[in-house]
Amino acid sequence: MRSTTTRDTRPRIIRRPHVLGSLAILAITPFALTACSGGGGAAAGGDAGTLTILDYYNNEPDKTLVGDALDRCADDVGVKIKRETVPGKDLIQKVLQQSSSKTLPDVLMLDNPDVQEIAATGGLSPLSDYGVDTSGFAKGILDAASYEGEVYGLAPTVNTLGLFYNEDLLAAKGITPPTTWDELKTAAAALTEGDTYGLAFSSIATYEGSWQFLPFMWTNGGDEADLTTPAVAEALQLQVDLVNSGSASKSVINWSQADVNDQFMAGKAAMMINGPWQIPALSADTNLKYGSVQVPVNKAGQTPVAPLGGEVWTVPVTGDKDKQAKAAKFVECISSDENQLALAEARFTVPTKTALAEQYVAKVPEMAAFTEQVANARSRTGELGEEWPEAATEIYTAIQLALTGQATPEEAFKQAAAG
Amino acid sequence: MSSGIAGASLQDRKTDQRSSGTDGGAPTKRTPAGAGRRSRRFRREDLIKLGFVLPAALYIVLFFGYPVVKNVTMSFQEYTTKTFFTGEAPWVGFANYVTVFSSQLFTPALLNTALFTAGSIAGQFVIGLALAVFFKRRFPLSSFLRAMLLLPWLLPLIVSSATWRSILDQDSGVLNAALGSIGLSGVPWLTSPSVALFAVVLVNIWIGIPFNVTILYGGLQDIPDELYEAGALDGATGWKAFRHITWPNLRPVVSVVLVLGVVYTIKVLDIILGLTNGGPANATQTLAVRSYQESFVNFEFGVGAAFSNILIVISLLFAIVYLRVNRRAVDE
Repeated sequence: MRSTTTRDTRPRIIRRPHVLGSLAILAITPFALTACSGGGGAAAGGDAGTLTILDYYNNEPDKTLVGDALDRCADDVGVKIKRETVPGKDLIQKVLQQSSSKTLPDVLMLDNPDVQEIAATGGLSPLSDYGVDTSGFAKGILDAASYEGEVYGLAPTVNTLGLFYNEDLLAAKGITPPTTWDELKTAAAALTEGDTYGLAFSSIATYEGSWQFLPFMWTNGGDEADLTTPAVAEALQLQVDLVNSGSASKSVINWSQADVNDQFMAGKAAMMINGPWQIPALSADTNLKYGSVQVPVNKAGQTPVAPLGGEVWTVPVTGDKDKQAKAAKFVECISSDENQLALAEARFTVPTKTALAEQYVAKVPEMAAFTEQVANARSRTGELGEEWPEAATEIYTAIQLALTGQATPEEAFKQAAAG
Repeated sequence: MSSGIAGASLQDRKTDQRSSGTDGGAPTKRTPAGAGRRSRRFRREDLIKLGFVLPAALYIVLFFGYPVVKNVTMSFQEYTTKTFFTGEAPWVGFANYVTVFSSQLFTPALLNTALFTAGSIAGQFVIGLALAVFFKRRFPLSSFLRAMLLLPWLLPLIVSSATWRSILDQDSGVLNAALGSIGLSGVPWLTSPSVALFAVVLVNIWIGIPFNVTILYGGLQDIPDELYEAGALDGATGWKAFRHITWPNLRPVVSVVLVLGVVYTIKVLDIILGLTNGGPANATQTLAVRSYQESFVNFEFGVGAAFSNILIVISLLFAIVYLRVNRRAVDE
């Protein structure tokens, strides 16, 4: 009798170790299976007049806003489109799956730091093949989309980071938005009261934490090629000071940027480092009065250098020359002046053609600080290319070590570099 | 000592001997029979038998054999994003394993895996057993409460971990607020490297309790009441009854629960990703988390496969223990 229980559970459970232990491979298996069944899928993906498109704008309002731009371009180029959207975190896995099954879409959207990695696989075709004009675009975004001297994609708009502040809380203390690190520390300390912290930022142990650290690091003259310089350590010291003095929560090491925004909107942070993609959410709360400025610099006179965010549209190698040419035209269209302004205005992002900046700020004054920030912004992969993920891992590891008191900022970067 | 108790433990000892005897004898008996059947020509009956075996065999080869073999070969290859497009995965021998073993995170991850597994199992089992014994008695609402105990099992893990993350939040979490109201200072549950692993273990214990209660409760139901009656007559009640009747009779079930618990716990990924993502400062890195991050964050599938192979080998050891323990239980 006793054995019945155990015998019943055995067949189901004993296989679990294999299943879950080989997690990585299970995720790949379906890819391999599709590879067998779907060979030559690219050609079968529709008639010659239809372009397939893959992007990660799967949430409203972005889904519709980008969809409108895509529809305009479909009319322009004279093609039909078949669009697929996937969640942001699934995009690369989807692209890898499609690469191995040769079913890449005709037009592919990629987050800009991923472009070089995918271009390096040979999966993308350079835009010069189709005579696409890439002049007039901000250097930062072209750097991100370039691999071995060739431009592989264009971004209609980009974003970056800035300092948001709660106007009511600052006004109550008579504080003006800080422009230097010292002012930032003083302001954050003064604004910390009760449940409210002076400043919120994301120092999470993912690339997101590294991205939030970059404005401080780059502005201070730090460089990802050598993370053991004093300039980099100083930037980390600023975060350590803010957390240790209690002006920022110790929880910053677990906060994503969405968490940071939640804290700010709940009135639990008087200021935050975040990007303009939060503006729709912030504006939806009519009780919240907020403003934004550029990220403070270490010493007055330094130029704030923030990282460039945003998505790039590329032309994957599908083997169908005719369609690839049409796809290139399509990519060119998405980044046309008209589309840049429309998308920038609707999505609170910044046009990538520098000539459009003035016209844009006149239309959307609240984006002034971010537009200025973008002009000097750097791309994450511009210098290190495919090596960037390793540097980014070292950065967030060091941040975590320093903010948890495991090491001083200098030591933290040395330890992180040791892997 | 009472006859009932002596009888129970005697029965146990006999079982041990008997089972070890069967172990040795079985193969020698089976082999000649199999050889004889093979020498005969195929009959309709054999084909039908084959028809029953084939789907299961195919399933196992396709969904267990292939992934495991592929995972092993992958761990000897430089398998990166490029591989997906070009199909080329250069053979690199043991390079991925060298990367794994020389990584600064390997030893901490291995240690954390051990601590996480041991801590979780100990907590789950002790609390689970206590609850199972408690619910053996009938009292008003007992079956309702027992059903409610399964709740953690019913929640998607991603929901549990998100909820616990907010409960354990240092500034605005419910737990620290409760501690504060009784005059204790808040604990940096998920923000201090020295506490985070403990916090993650706590959450995993909460998740694992239903499994332990369910299996152990089932085991308790199978212990005949006569043993307790006989024991009570001889003065064995309460703790003595547990020590001399419940525990010896429950032992086969206990070993199964523990071994399955290890195999379940050692590969836990979602809870850790949801709570800390391996942080703060790598304090909650385990082999499973390393495997996931190497494969799906760094896209170093070869290194990720090497990590998961190490995990598979460890799980396999426990699976073998489980099989031996289980065979004994079945023989009984």
